[in-house]
Amino acid sequence: MTQPEATKAGEIVFDDVSKSFTSPEHRDSPFYAVRNLSFTVGRGELVAVLGKTGCGKSTMFNLLAGLARPSSGKVLVHGHDPYAEFAWFRGKVGIVFQNDRLMPWRTAIENVALGLELNKVPSAERLAIAAEWLARLGLRGHEHDYPHALSGGMRQRVSIARAFSIKPDILLCDEPFSALDEVTGNALRGEFRDLVRETRATGIFITHSIGEALTLGHRILVFQRPARIAYEAVLGGTPEDEIRAEILRVMGDVEAA
Amino acid sequence: MLPPPDAPTRGTWRNGPRWNYEGVVALVGLAVAWQIASYFFPPFLFPPVPAIAAHVLDIFLSGKTLLDVMATALRILAGLAGAFVLGAAIAVLMGRAPRFSRYAYPLLNFNQGVPALSWVVISIIWFKGTEFRIFFIMLMTTLPAFTFQILDSYRAMSKDLLEMTLSFRPSRLDLLRTLVWPSVLPGILTAWKVNLGNASRVVVVAELVGATGGVGYQLLLQQQVFDMAGAIAWTIVLVIFVLLAQRIIDLLETWLLRYRPVAERTL
Ligand SMILES: Nc1ncnc2c1ncn2[C@@H]1O[C@H](COP(=O)(O)OP(=O)(O)OP(=O)(O)O)[C@@H](O)[C@H]1O
Ligand SMILES: [Mg+2]
Repeated sequence: MTQPEATKAGEIVFDDVSKSFTSPEHRDSPFYAVRNLSFTVGRGELVAVLGKTGCGKSTMFNLLAGLARPSSGKVLVHGHDPYAEFAWFRGKVGIVFQNDRLMPWRTAIENVALGLELNKVPSAERLAIAAEWLARLGLRGHEHDYPHALSGGMRQRVSIARAFSIKPDILLCDEPFSALDEVTGNALRGEFRDLVRETRATGIFITHSIGEALTLGHRILVFQRPARIAYEAVLGGTPEDEIRAEILRVMGDVEAA
Repeated sequence: MLPPPDAPTRGTWRNGPRWNYEGVVALVGLAVAWQIASYFFPPFLFPPVPAIAAHVLDIFLSGKTLLDVMATALRILAGLAGAFVLGAAIAVLMGRAPRFSRYAYPLLNFNQGVPALSWVVISIIWFKGTEFRIFFIMLMTTLPAFTFQILDSYRAMSKDLLEMTLSFRPSRLDLLRTLVWPSVLPGILTAWKVNLGNASRVVVVAELVGATGGVGYQLLLQQQVFDMAGAIAWTIVLVIFVLLAQRIIDLLETWLLRYRPVAERTL
């Protein structure tokens, strides 16, 4: 397979990707959730994605996760196509979805262990790892609770543990910390950054908080609607206030457009 | 698993089975009304309750009649098991191949309209062995309900959970084990409960195809000798079997679906 130029530079490559949905009512005018989206993310990079609600961020995640096929353009992760080479990515991708997506018939610890189980980690080992992750996320003592007995934030933490526990190369987090209080959220943000550093994982996280994007990300991408890059900032050089002002200006413009 | 002692409501399917006091009152009331009727009508119309009770006891205590009960119970269970396996296979095919489901739907719907008695006649003409005839009748009459129930719960499977599970790239077998099976299990249990009642009604008709034993055969005998107490007693025995089997499924359901939340306030 010949790799395009961009692949060598990036771990994750979006090359002019569009994703449209056709509804029975609008058969001839497809609705674009993502349109001509191009960006790359390097290994070990932590990228924050900002953008207004409904601008196609979750759709971009689905493309990246291989759960949806791009209508046009190319998505490459490690030089492989996540949709066509679906099985190749086993054990490599961890996703924290926007909603917790816990299996109601599994206890907290069994939910965390799901990814390990599907990756064929032996039972005793995966339960030990899962218990460790639950403790790390402040859920010690709730291992054997069913999801309905947990609060929304607790459930979200279980789903974070589920994604992190497989030590993925690529972490995709869709507003992972939005359901948490300030203190827990901050602790988890720290964990998240440490994990990415520790495992050299590449991470993309979607957030609605500019502050979170500024403190956590190495780089910020701002999406317009339909999803494409409206603004990009690398953190470290430019003063944060300037970036914040620019993000607000761009997002305001997007609304006006 | 029994519900916790402080469970807010009693006797609902969510809480699992418990003694339902109103149910006992209703049944005792029926027995009392029957007994009163027995004072005003001749015994071949309304035999007294103690006579019926003695008859029921006889059925359970005599080895020969107990064998009749067991034969019928086995026929019900065999038919249901066959319909379940075949129905599940058809449902999976329908769920996975929309094309196939467009062929299968009208056939199953057509089948649902066919009365049990028609299957009796058909199986007598088609087949020889009594047991096979009965099995065939049971299979054909309970197949659509099983198929539709399982297909419904397969289609109702959460897309969110499917995507989440798929994101881990499971093998097909693992997907079946971790997601599909737990998702369709509630539907399967419901299908068994519903079909158990259907099957007990059909089995006695099926046993008219020349069975030399079983509850249906015994009912026919009672009719020939005009023994009302016997007819009622055999009916009660069959009902007891169905209730027992349903109770077992209820217990199983309470245990298997124990993860379900119980709302404190009910409608
Ligand atoms: N399966 C689908 N079929 C049709 N339209 C869809 C589908 N999925 C998403 N869309 C549309 O695509 C657009 C983008 O949706 P998406 O979920 O990606 O937004 P988002 O950026 O994640 O928003 P939020 O911040 O609110 O989560 C929306 O307008 C949505 O209606
Ligand atoms: Mg979203």
